[in-house]
Amino acid sequence: MENNTRNHVLAAVESQLPLNRIAYPAIPAFPKTVTDLLTAFEQRVADAGGEIFRPADAVAAQALLASQFPGASVICSVTPEIKGNRDIHAVQNPHELADVDVAVIRARFGVAENGMVWLTQEDLEVNALGFLSQHLVILLSPQSIVCDMYDAYLRVHLEDTAYGCFMMGPSATADIGAVLVHGAQGARSLSVYLL
Amino acid sequence: MGDEKKVDVAANAAAFLEQDEVHEPMHDKNLWAARMHRDAAARAVPEWEELRKIASQIKEHTLTHLPDYLREFENNALKRGAKVYWARDAAEHNQHVWDILQEKNIRAVIKSKSMLQEECGMTAFLEKRGITVTESDLGERIQQLDDQPPSHIVMPAIHKTPEDVAQLFARSIGTDPGNTDPHYLTEAMRNDARKRFLEAGAGMTGANFAIAETGSFVVCTNEGNADIGAAVPPVHIASIGIEKLLPKVSDLGIFIRMLSRSALGTLATQYTSHFSGPRRGGELHIILTDNGRSRRLGMPDFWTSLKCIRCGACMNTCPVYRRSGGLAYGATYSGPIGIILDPTFDESRYSELPYHSSLCGSCTEVCPVKIDISDQILKWRKVMAAKKYLPVSRRLAFGAAGRIFEHPQLFRSAESMASGALRFTPHFLLYNKVLNPWGRHRELPHFAGQTFREWYLQYRAKNNDHGEQHT
Repeated sequence: MENNTRNHVLAAVESQLPLNRIAYPAIPAFPKTVTDLLTAFEQRVADAGGEIFRPADAVAAQALLASQFPGASVICSVTPEIKGNRDIHAVQNPHELADVDVAVIRARFGVAENGMVWLTQEDLEVNALGFLSQHLVILLSPQSIVCDMYDAYLRVHLEDTAYGCFMMGPSATADIGAVLVHGAQGARSLSVYLL
Repeated sequence: MGDEKKVDVAANAAAFLEQDEVHEPMHDKNLWAARMHRDAAARAVPEWEELRKIASQIKEHTLTHLPDYLREFENNALKRGAKVYWARDAAEHNQHVWDILQEKNIRAVIKSKSMLQEECGMTAFLEKRGITVTESDLGERIQQLDDQPPSHIVMPAIHKTPEDVAQLFARSIGTDPGNTDPHYLTEAMRNDARKRFLEAGAGMTGANFAIAETGSFVVCTNEGNADIGAAVPPVHIASIGIEKLLPKVSDLGIFIRMLSRSALGTLATQYTSHFSGPRRGGELHIILTDNGRSRRLGMPDFWTSLKCIRCGACMNTCPVYRRSGGLAYGATYSGPIGIILDPTFDESRYSELPYHSSLCGSCTEVCPVKIDISDQILKWRKVMAAKKYLPVSRRLAFGAAGRIFEHPQLFRSAESMASGALRFTPHFLLYNKVLNPWGRHRELPHFAGQTFREWYLQYRAKNNDHGEQHT
């Protein structure tokens, strides 16, 4: 039955194909417009509603985290540099992350064109951490920034991960009166620590 | 109305225009702002026009080789551990969803925006069977609570004022009816939705793009709601229209650059999420759905409408859509793209939609995948006229207009006579309720002394020498 439906759909598509088969286009190497990757990235993160910090080292980053979120009672870090108080490796069910105030995750790379960071299932350990947490702190090496989306897609390996997300700042909506509001469903804030 | 089933788009538009002096100007202003942001974003990309050409070609290539890419996508998705289902129509799609939920004994679903699921009437189908379905996109949730379909592909509740939302939320989730601050209202819905995410047995999403090369699909949201739905409940069900395919991962570099710039003028959505097989500890079910797409592929005049990436740019720029609101179209898809998609589902029901356009061509200009939307609208008029769908009075009126548009020579003389004609047309005709709902509350436009074409020809003649020095 299921196989039958599949064949029906494929046969229907086959029978309706336009006679003129269009060739895949040649795609030129577009000139790069962004030259100073780090500066552009920092500006775009701010445009997207995120914040950039430059802690000198891991100790400074830990102190920065404490000063940035003095009221946080549950901090879950997936990075060796920052200590939290919720062990992500002990999480059996995503629901256990519903009370996380701050999550700390290291991104693989950033994109200068738009301020995105690339996070995979392997970086999040539990995908829900990136979305149930109230606030996100993203660690990113300032050397790991690519120019644009063309370069970005050369760096993602979708065949190696069940989940990968380009995250551009915190959760946002403009669904009520076209007014921009951060913290619609996902994180209320996103801080990038260049470290 | 003679035909109960037929959508009377002019009457619906009139109702939106006439409700008060607030809704229509606000709607117009907000959508025009989106259009201006789109222009700025497009101008900032030097290769924008080349990207449009390439994106169009990639889509046309994929669509004309669709069986191969569908098989490749299926193979790779299966390899990654997803379950893949096929649906010929809405009924089969909904049945698959129902079967999956029943097998897992799931009673509550959290869903993100999916135009395909709208198209299939999935929510009503599931609710009838006792499933609680919650929209998680804020705009969609507003529409769900108000028992209305989305009025815009990207901004589902853009026809509502904050005051409308405040009243609605006061009734449905107990907010302060006097507090119209979008921050307050968004926060209230965030808190209401949170428990629903945690209670849901399945998260449902659509897909913006599906990648044959890896069996992945991509979901773009600003709220992160699709990601919560996919990451928290144990089961993820994705509804994917068969036209969403792209050959390669690298194609995304082009399409992700264009999607949100075209939609809202932002560089991208806040979340661009790539699902390749089930997440750790979860299940992934993919329903590849035809629902009229293969038939559309076989329509020589209309198959390129399948290139649509659902950015909504054509709606934001459309002078008719901006003033009539999306609900006027009475269909899943509204705006210019709706005019050319909806009749492929039901020609009779949507037979008046093709006349809900000024044929100004702005939709075609902004379309990131170069769909000739306004040309297709005109072709749909011919279909409707040939099949005699319109009531006789309208057929006569539009017939004359249609003949003029089909013959540029006639159009030009009509154009230069129009300023004269307009001066002498009786007021009651221009502002007649039934014939011209647009006219009400509007001043007559001041026609320029000469048409653009007249001016241009004069200008060319005058500046001929000057012009040639540059060539």
